[in-house]
Amino acid sequence: MTPLLIAQIVLTLFVFIALLHSAAAMVWVERRLAALLQQRLGPIRVGWQGLLQPFADVIKLMFKEELRPRAADPLLFALAPIISATAAFAAFAVVPFGASTTFFGLLDEPLKLQVADVNVAVLVIFAIASMGVYGIVLAGWSSNSKYSLLGGLRSSAQMISYELSYGMALASVLLIGNSLSVADLVNGQAGVWFGFIPRWFLFLQPLGFLIFMTAGIAETNRAPFDFPEAEQELVAGYHTEYSSMSFAMFFLAEYINMVTVSAVATDLYLGGWHGPFLPVSLGWIWFLIKVGALLFFYVWMRWTLPRYRYDQLMAFGWKVLLPLSVINLLATAAGVLYFGL
Amino acid sequence: MVTLNHYLILSAILFSIGAAGVFLRRNLITILLSIEIMLNAVNLTFVAFGRALGSADGQIIVFFVMTVAAAEAAVGLAIVISLFRHRESLNPDSFASLKW
Amino acid sequence: MGSETIAFYLFGAIAVGASLLVIAQRNPIYSVLLLIGSFGALSGLYVLLDAPFVAVIQIIVYAGAIMVLFLFVVMLLNAPHEDTEFDERVHPLLRPGPMRFGAFLALVLAVELWWALARGGDTGAFPGGSVTSVSAIGKSLFTDYAFPFEVTSILILVAMVGAVVLARRDTPRERRERGGA
Repeated sequence: MTPLLIAQIVLTLFVFIALLHSAAAMVWVERRLAALLQQRLGPIRVGWQGLLQPFADVIKLMFKEELRPRAADPLLFALAPIISATAAFAAFAVVPFGASTTFFGLLDEPLKLQVADVNVAVLVIFAIASMGVYGIVLAGWSSNSKYSLLGGLRSSAQMISYELSYGMALASVLLIGNSLSVADLVNGQAGVWFGFIPRWFLFLQPLGFLIFMTAGIAETNRAPFDFPEAEQELVAGYHTEYSSMSFAMFFLAEYINMVTVSAVATDLYLGGWHGPFLPVSLGWIWFLIKVGALLFFYVWMRWTLPRYRYDQLMAFGWKVLLPLSVINLLATAAGVLYFGL
Repeated sequence: MVTLNHYLILSAILFSIGAAGVFLRRNLITILLSIEIMLNAVNLTFVAFGRALGSADGQIIVFFVMTVAAAEAAVGLAIVISLFRHRESLNPDSFASLKW
Repeated sequence: MGSETIAFYLFGAIAVGASLLVIAQRNPIYSVLLLIGSFGALSGLYVLLDAPFVAVIQIIVYAGAIMVLFLFVVMLLNAPHEDTEFDERVHPLLRPGPMRFGAFLALVLAVELWWALARGGDTGAFPGGSVTSVSAIGKSLFTDYAFPFEVTSILILVAMVGAVVLARRDTPRERRERGGA
């Protein structure tokens, strides 16, 4: 049990708990921001400025009755939220959130602030995102009710359609960054041009960033792409029949997927933990700021834009976003070849 | 010590399970799944030999096998769907009308 | 008992066990899910064989795409469990004669495999090597294997078009031309 091993175990637990807390924080942020955007107050009574509201929500959900429809398949009904939540947490395992640090010399070698440093990390993120589809499709099927089935099938078809553009936007970044390891891609964005413009891949790949964020919003089933779980359309889509903690797990999975997409976008396009005025060892502060900005953008999109109808959504994914991402990939390849980026 | 032989035997076991599934199951979808098991066993053999001989060719062939398997699964399932539309059954024995 | 040995036996046991359950299950949805489990175990085996790229591609392509396709088809067909009127009679391959022949054939094959593996002089241990880098695979794929790569893309296109055509219902005009439903 070297100190490094202990530090790694502690890091894993820390990331897990931090993700749980981030989901709770997102609940509060979403409700207050929604209120702000709709010119009302939102939850302000539970704790100072309503900060304990998410915990109140969780306690309420825990006390609800755990229902299962009689015709539902018991094994799959119980398994679906587990798959969703597990895939959501697992995707964050390969996302680095800070530079290697030795914790002020306590460790012999620097510890990477990443649960698992795989040298094909980008592909692993993509792989786990595609496993997250199963939670939704199994939830829709096992509930044995028409709203759930329709919602589940539509939602999973949407997710696998937008995964293509997601992957191609990732591939365009790989062309510039020359590595499949996310930590290497972030370190390739250190430094500045002309003294003040940071070397973010965002400036080299603006279209790619837009495609990535759009596909990410569609992947996480958030508005304006949340037709499969919209209240006005399909009751609640694939999680209609779920209550209490199973519903909480789907909820949790959705928020953690949002955090993961924002974290990956930060690492790949916004320079990760590099930023001015702070030493690299405190880079995680910049990381948090950037992820927070992207999450704000997520919530803002939800409460500003009307939702796409399902056929419009699928047409957009296949006929607009996919050709754009292919063009982006080709243009990036040409740029790398001719300008030696 | 895990040697190449271990991987080959594992692959042979998986392949025979897949072959048994193709012969013994009377459900078109399960037959297609058993074919996928066989293809995976072959993939394992390729990668194991690639590692033993120190070349990346094994992995490249696996890449192509996976692509072909995806194409074959898509077309096979489309055929299953159109067969199901005809006879409302997934049992291959119900498509025996050409037997004398 | 190094950790690699334990991992090999663990993943191998999961792969074999899940595959056995795939062919033994009645419910096709459980078969598909068990096969996904088997693919996950195989992916672990690929990582043990220093092939992380193939391992991740296995998850992305097989477990994440092909199996979703299977799952969709099973759900949309609402495939019942196997038809009972055909199940009631004993399957022709499960009668004593074919079973004995099958067992004999399996024994012959197993002995042959054992003989082939035992007569190799070396133990078949893996040479020391490193994790195959993705860039090495990419270089080889685009130079030595460029032609199969391009042909594969045409193959996928053909398969896509074929699948759409095969699973399509006739349009109302075609139905009328055929002379009524």
